[in-house]
Amino acid sequence: MADPLFSVRELKVALPDMTRKPLIGRAPMAEILKGLDFELPRGSVTGIVGESGSGKSTLGRALVRLLEPSAGSIIFDGRDITHLPEAELRPLRRNLQMIFQDPMSSLNPRRTIFSIIAAPLRQNGFGDNLKDRVAEALQRVGLPLSFASRYRHQLSGGQRQRVGIARALALSPKFVLADEIVSGLDVSTQAQILTLLERLAAEMGLTVAFISHDLSVIRRLCRQVIVMREGVIVEASATDALFANPRQAYTRDLLAAIPLPEIDDGWLLPGAKAPA
Amino acid sequence: MDEGRISRHGSGARLWLAGGWLLLASLAAIFAPLIAPQNPLAQDLMFERLPPFWMSGAEPGFWLGTDSLGRDLLSRLIFGARIALIVAFAAALAACLIGSTLGLIAGYFGGWADRIISRIVDVWMAFPPVLFAILLVAVLGTGLSSVIIAIAVIDWTRFCRVIRAETMGQARMDYVENARIAGYGRIGIMLREVLPNVVPSIVALLSLEMGIAVIVEAILSFVNLSISTDDPTWGGIIAEGRLSIHQAWWVLVFPLVTLILTVLSFSQFGEGLKARFDPVLR
Amino acid sequence: MNATRPCLDIQSLSAVLPNGARVLRSVSLSVQPGEVRALVGESGAGKTMIGKAVLGVLPPSVRVVEGDMLLEGEDLGRLQPKARRTLIGARTALIPQDPLTALNPSRRIGPQMTDRLVRILGWSGPRADARIRQLLDAVQIRDPDRVLKCYSHELSGGMRQRVLIAAAFAAEPRLIVADEPTTALDVTVQKQILRLIAQLQREHGTAILFVTHDLGVVAKISQKVSVLYAGKVVEETETAALFAAPQHPYTRALMAATPRYTDPFASLKPVDEAVLAGLASEIAAADQAWRRPHG
Repeated sequence: MADPLFSVRELKVALPDMTRKPLIGRAPMAEILKGLDFELPRGSVTGIVGESGSGKSTLGRALVRLLEPSAGSIIFDGRDITHLPEAELRPLRRNLQMIFQDPMSSLNPRRTIFSIIAAPLRQNGFGDNLKDRVAEALQRVGLPLSFASRYRHQLSGGQRQRVGIARALALSPKFVLADEIVSGLDVSTQAQILTLLERLAAEMGLTVAFISHDLSVIRRLCRQVIVMREGVIVEASATDALFANPRQAYTRDLLAAIPLPEIDDGWLLPGAKAPA
Repeated sequence: MDEGRISRHGSGARLWLAGGWLLLASLAAIFAPLIAPQNPLAQDLMFERLPPFWMSGAEPGFWLGTDSLGRDLLSRLIFGARIALIVAFAAALAACLIGSTLGLIAGYFGGWADRIISRIVDVWMAFPPVLFAILLVAVLGTGLSSVIIAIAVIDWTRFCRVIRAETMGQARMDYVENARIAGYGRIGIMLREVLPNVVPSIVALLSLEMGIAVIVEAILSFVNLSISTDDPTWGGIIAEGRLSIHQAWWVLVFPLVTLILTVLSFSQFGEGLKARFDPVLR
Repeated sequence: MNATRPCLDIQSLSAVLPNGARVLRSVSLSVQPGEVRALVGESGAGKTMIGKAVLGVLPPSVRVVEGDMLLEGEDLGRLQPKARRTLIGARTALIPQDPLTALNPSRRIGPQMTDRLVRILGWSGPRADARIRQLLDAVQIRDPDRVLKCYSHELSGGMRQRVLIAAAFAAEPRLIVADEPTTALDVTVQKQILRLIAQLQREHGTAILFVTHDLGVVAKISQKVSVLYAGKVVEETETAALFAAPQHPYTRALMAATPRYTDPFASLKPVDEAVLAGLASEIAAADQAWRRPHG
């Protein structure tokens, strides 16, 4: 386990800031990630937590190279992928998979579930026995085979997210990015999807980066946690240690702000543990 | 899904009525020499301005009456369908191919491709379309192919603008990124992920454009700039009918009704196809 | 004045879609003056629908077929449409889920906030302005002059929601419907907003119908709670009692499914199929009993 799957050094990502775009000409660049250093150990789930504007989604998109970093380096499985052009990334894609936040938007409305799950298989040289492979992928996420001929609008929210997982795992990738995959789901569905991902990650030995705003979910699923705020890492440590003894004030504020489902008359009173 | 169900219920009758009329017009065009009761060019001053069959003074064999030169109106309409439909299909398809391709490229690739294509469209749209058509036909010379080229050259911008906007919307969807994750290249994503989602709009626009092409051809015929005056065209018949409106209203009314029904059928057929075959609405 | 008269009293309210499916199934609940009543449930539970019914803004496809709604003793169903709108406008207010779409993007915040007071309640301009400033101060907006001149996109999500909370309390409504007011916000902002709502609610003695999907929020903000499933109230009790001893199997399942970082392995339990089957038969039985007298 000494050899991490991902090793990230001084990672910076800048994106055009459309809110400051002049009438004519290019939008100025805004630095979203301001120099991140961390590693993702093989075969474990790492949580990335932060509020809006923390840069957690940008970080995820840089890891799977949907975005190109402006500085620093990303070493994936011993290979520097920081500035690889799209064509050279393509053979690596089978090991860099992603499950999206919104399965409504991430599944093509005019393709059948079969076609959606078959796409990565076909594109990565597993075009033979497609039927069996898609059937296996569906079965893995607990969906009946009959769903193959359906379209996304004929599925419930939880079923759509299962399809998203089936597609991402169809290639048995080394790495999966899960970006807020349960934030649009009801709690009962959320629990199903999370236990499914938990089981599959363990069975398949996946390395997962689990992006979420919900520390309660991270606590359950992740072995280590990276806490982000405004483009920098506030705190990164093993999950048990982080929750037992959060070192940073911001982490403590985040924890204190979670409304736990239990009666606590003092929670809403101003004073103790007030967020900055 | 509710909206889809509603539009699908309406689509059945619409699709069949519109499709039926278009099929009838197409069959008439293809088999015109076999169907037409008279020679559409045969003049007979003995039979000038005969009324349609239900009015007194009608002659058997001249179902919709004759024009001021004694030519059979029904036969002329049947032969006129040939020109109308050839122009509709050929011109609309050509405009669609040019416009949709450029729109897809501009919308999906953005950047310089988008800037250049969009500027061309802006300049193009600044020309008054009918004047533009007349000018083009004047330069190319009259004839069927000039009419088709003129309509395609003018109307591709319609497709380009709409398809560009649709494509830009689709390109922002997560499934485009999801396809990159799956290992698809840019062209592959454009064809596999984006195109199927703009096809319903293309079909709807195409059917609308076919109707527009029929009208533009009629306008060009009306101002005598379409094809040789020997071949009967709906626009030509309308132009002649206008001159004898007080003596023979039918020469103006029947081609107008035929034209309106055909144009309406094209647009309704497109909407009906979309409602029936788009998986999102099913 | 009758001190025990509920601020809002809903009695066996049923609503149907055009295809005859019931979206609200004989819902009864009441909100006492100055009380926060939570409506909790998952999507499709009808919790937002109840809020809309109270405010008289149900979508046109939803038809109320049975039941009464009494706002401070006045039967809304018996009033003429205009009188009903006036009554609802004067005595209720809404804190919406999405503060961005609730504000008109092309108008400044100030006039949007005073409009309702001036046009509907007939206040004078200066009086409305003074009132709005007073409330902006109460929601801890320190630079009201700037905020009143802003357009909605120039404010953060938390600021927008503060503005809407101030607007909701401005006309001293007797009842506020809060429809998932913190769902779109970050947790730290959510806590500030919940704190503001609770504080203003206490100070003004306003009753709140608080719609949420989050049992954590229910525990913190409400005194009473109704748990909904498929448009049916499956459990209704004091909030403290619900968390001490949930009675209905669905409530228990919902609690077990809600993640808790303090107890990670006892939480996040998927809902048992048997619970869902039980709910389905409970609802089928209720529908059958309801259909009989209604044909």
